[in-house]
Amino acid sequence: MGVVEIIGWVIIVIGVAFLFLGALGLFRMPDVYSRMQTATKSVTFGTMGTIFGVGLVHPEWFWKTLIIAVFIAISNPISSHALARGSYKMGIRPFTKEENMDDLEPVVDKSEDEEE
Amino acid sequence: MSRFLFTFIVLFLIWLGFTTSLATAELITGAVLSLIIASFSYKTFTVEGLGFFSPRRVVLIIKYLFVFMIALIKANIDVAKRVISPKLPINPGIVEYKTQLTNPTAVTILANSITLTPGTLTVDVIDNSLFIHWIDVTTKDPEGIVREIGEDFEKILKEFFK
Repeated sequence: MGVVEIIGWVIIVIGVAFLFLGALGLFRMPDVYSRMQTATKSVTFGTMGTIFGVGLVHPEWFWKTLIIAVFIAISNPISSHALARGSYKMGIRPFTKEENMDDLEPVVDKSEDEEE
Repeated sequence: MSRFLFTFIVLFLIWLGFTTSLATAELITGAVLSLIIASFSYKTFTVEGLGFFSPRRVVLIIKYLFVFMIALIKANIDVAKRVISPKLPINPGIVEYKTQLTNPTAVTILANSITLTPGTLTVDVIDNSLFIHWIDVTTKDPEGIVREIGEDFEKILKEFFK
């Protein structure tokens, strides 16, 4: 086993660990937005890590895995942004501990009034 | 023409990455397919064209990737800590982030980068305001928000799209 292959396996294990933390976060967080936080960050990093690690273990796949990792980095935040925006438009308000922690609410209320 | 060439080059590079082979047949198929796709899509694919590859910008792209990777790793350690900690130390809220960027591409990249960095998730973009769900709101001051969330990215992007 070469050094590159060992590094590849280490990166795969780190990636899987972050995927696990992402899944755990889904259970522990209080509302849809906080869940999205763990789901976006840990899952993007975890998937990129696993795929990149596979690329190092199998050098002939390296460029393919690199391109896939770039596509994930581009598309994953867009989809989570769309989900978060959709939830907000549906009227789901974020869980907050203090008052006035939602700057978006007045803006959305105003635009809804204008539509009417 | 410059836009068409840019699209063609990017598509061809992606093809090379996926096939990872320099056989003549592969190269010809890739070139023909890239030509066809580029002729349909170059108008929506890029606004700038080949100007994208100027040396100044390549340096900025590398710098941006570097800043971005560090932020991504920090973000993950941060989220991991919050998830593992038994007390669940979060103080979430949605804050308004006023950006100085005007170019739509720049705003998109900024919003995506913010989503992938520590504790922040872009919920909505209205004109020049990004509405960000922040898992641990430490400040309500507009300048403080810019400083805490995206100043590094914004500086590089502003120079890139100048």
